[in-house]
Order: sequence, then structure tokens, then C-alpha cells
Amino acid sequence: MGTRSLLWDITKKYLTVGLVGLTISDRYASIVSIRGSSMSPAFNPGSDTNDYVLLEKFCLDKYRFSDGDVVVFSSPNNHKEKHIKRIRALPGDWIETPNLDVLKVPEGHFWVEGDNSVSSLDSRSFGPIPLGLIRGRVTHIVWPPKRMDRVERETNQRLSPIQDRPKFY
Amino acid sequence: MPPPPPWLSVFPFCDSRLVRTQQTTFQIDIASDIVSSMVVGSLKLWTDLVVEGFQKSLRVGKFLCLLHAIDTYVCTPVLPYGPSMLPTLNSTGDLVLVERVSTWLGKVGRGDMVLLRSSEDPRKTLIKRIVGVEGDTVTYLVDPKYSDASRTCVVPWGNVWVQGDYIYNSRDSRTFGAVSYGLVEGKLFWRIWPLKSFGSLHGKAKEDS
Repeated sequence: MGTRSLLWDITKKYLTVGLVGLTISDRYASIVSIRGSSMSPAFNPGSDTNDYVLLEKFCLDKYRFSDGDVVVFSSPNNHKEKHIKRIRALPGDWIETPNLDVLKVPEGHFWVEGDNSVSSLDSRSFGPIPLGLIRGRVTHIVWPPKRMDRVERETNQRLSPIQDRPKFY
Repeated sequence: MPPPPPWLSVFPFCDSRLVRTQQTTFQIDIASDIVSSMVVGSLKLWTDLVVEGFQKSLRVGKFLCLLHAIDTYVCTPVLPYGPSMLPTLNSTGDLVLVERVSTWLGKVGRGDMVLLRSSEDPRKTLIKRIVGVEGDTVTYLVDPKYSDASRTCVVPWGNVWVQGDYIYNSRDSRTFGAVSYGLVEGKLFWRIWPLKSFGSLHGKAKEDS
């Protein structure tokens, strides 16, 4: 009888901790690891370690984002996959697609590109993405400790004027 | 010694009996006793209050966490509004339950009514019926109010084709195209209000048009 109540106490404690953690990670912030080199100068500069980043969820209340934010979103083709990319255009902006025509980003969608354009699967292959797929915004790098820093919102001059973009013919 | 008055438990430092028993000793003792009992008593009272308040708010917080978990991972009540699902759901005043488990398991298929985040405005959610899943060929009437023109398309991978039951007044995949499965938030499974049609929504599939 004594061991049973002890076990019940322990389960209850773990359950409570789990619930509180789940709520915090759903509503406020969570920590995720980044794999791959598609955001290479900003995250995972060396290929041997994975960066851990803080993902804030407050932005999901109003879905307000700005150009240059780094966001995590589920892939439009496969809801189980999550991608991390940088927002390049928001609804109403004009953007140049890889086959060199200009496209207006439709209402409720956004355009993402990875910083490392050579090895990045992004809007250039699957087009504008609905804002509703965004799962959070990356604000800080928390691990490894020597790279602990804020993530800058990079409204990059290099990328916004179309002419300066490197072109591959 | 007389029995303690009932308010003594609230203000323990006002215990006059304590003072009276000590009247035989030095005056200075009485004074210091009163002061110390006042200080200790009020301090204890305040710490008790703080501890109790903290515990209560902790309990409320845990309860809210439980509510959130149930709401996001099990099921949630929804008030559908608008004419687009008309024969099945009324245009206003219904209350239905949406379950999240089958979305999470990927078991939402043709004929299910789903709650989904609008791809045109992410702050809005819609209720529509899934007509086609990935890889299906869907034929639909472009504008049934005015013409019989129909169009056929293939639903891309990872997407679903959703339409309202009342195709004459519904803004759905016919206007904004197929939507990603990631935008589907849950499946309608139980109706609570109106009480007359309380029960499961599974059998309420729309007949093929």
C-alpha cells in the first residue's frame, strides 16, 4: 500500500511537470535543434555540430512577421517535416522567382529562402507558403555556448534588389 | 483560563489572556511579550497567507496547463459560423467537438469534415469537408450559381482538397486551391448543440453530387 501511493505520487509529479512543460513549449517558447547547412552562415557554420535555438511562439497570436525573420514552419508538401528558413517577402511584396519572372506574394502567404542558397530547399522550389504553417520564430542561439547570441533580423541589401543577386545560367 | 474567543485564530497577537497571566511579573516583561507576540503572530499570519495564495495559484496554473493540453491534443469545442456547410451544420448557433488525434495520426480522409487554418488569412479558421486527398483527381463546378462549367485537377502531394457542402456560397479550394495538410487542425466528430441532433457526425456524409 505504501509503495503504491509512493508510485502514484511520483507519476503525478512527472505528469504535472510534463503538462507544464508541454504548455510552455506550445504557447511561449521551446528549444529545437537545427540540422543541415541550408542556413549556413547564421546556423551550423561548421558541419560537425548542431545548433540549438530558442523558438518563440508569441508571434503566432497575431501572425505578425517582418522581412528577415528566421522562422520554423512545416513543409507544405509533408506536414511531418519542419524547415527553418528566413522570410524574404510578405503578402503583397514582389519577388523574383528562379525562372526569372516576377511574382506578387498572395494574401496570407510568405516567401522564404535559406541563407545558403546553394543547398537549400525553399520557396524557390515550392513557391509561396501559407502563413498558417509557421510554427515559431527563432530568436536566440542557446547551444553551443560559444555561439550563444541573438539572431539578427537580416533585411539584407544583398538580396532585396534583384540585380545584385548571384545568377546561375 | 477562559476559552479562547473565535476570532483569536485570525488575530493571534491580540490574545489578552496571555497578557493577564503575566501581570504578576515585571511590567517590562509584559510589554516585550506583547510586542514579540504581535510581531511573531502577524509574521506567521502573513507567511501563511502568502504560502496559501501561492499554492492556490499553482493549482490553478496546473489546471490551465491540463486544459491547454486537452484543447490542443485531444479535443476542443468549436462554434461554426456561416452558410458554407449548410445542410449539415446550421449557419449559426451550433456547437460541435473537434478531435485532434486523427489529424495527428494522419488519418483524415475523404468525406471528413475538418477544421483548418485559412491559407488566405492565418488568423481565421474554416470548417470544410475534404473532397480529395493527395494524388486524387478532383472535378468541380467552377461557379455553380451561374454556369455548369467544370474543371478537373490533381491534388498535389501533401495537400487536401476541401469544399463546403453548400457549394453555392462557400469560399474553399475552388477559389484558393488545394491546402497543405499541415493547415488541418482537427476533425469534427460530435455535435453537442442543438440537442435535437446531439450525436456523432460520422454518418452525416454528404451524398455525392
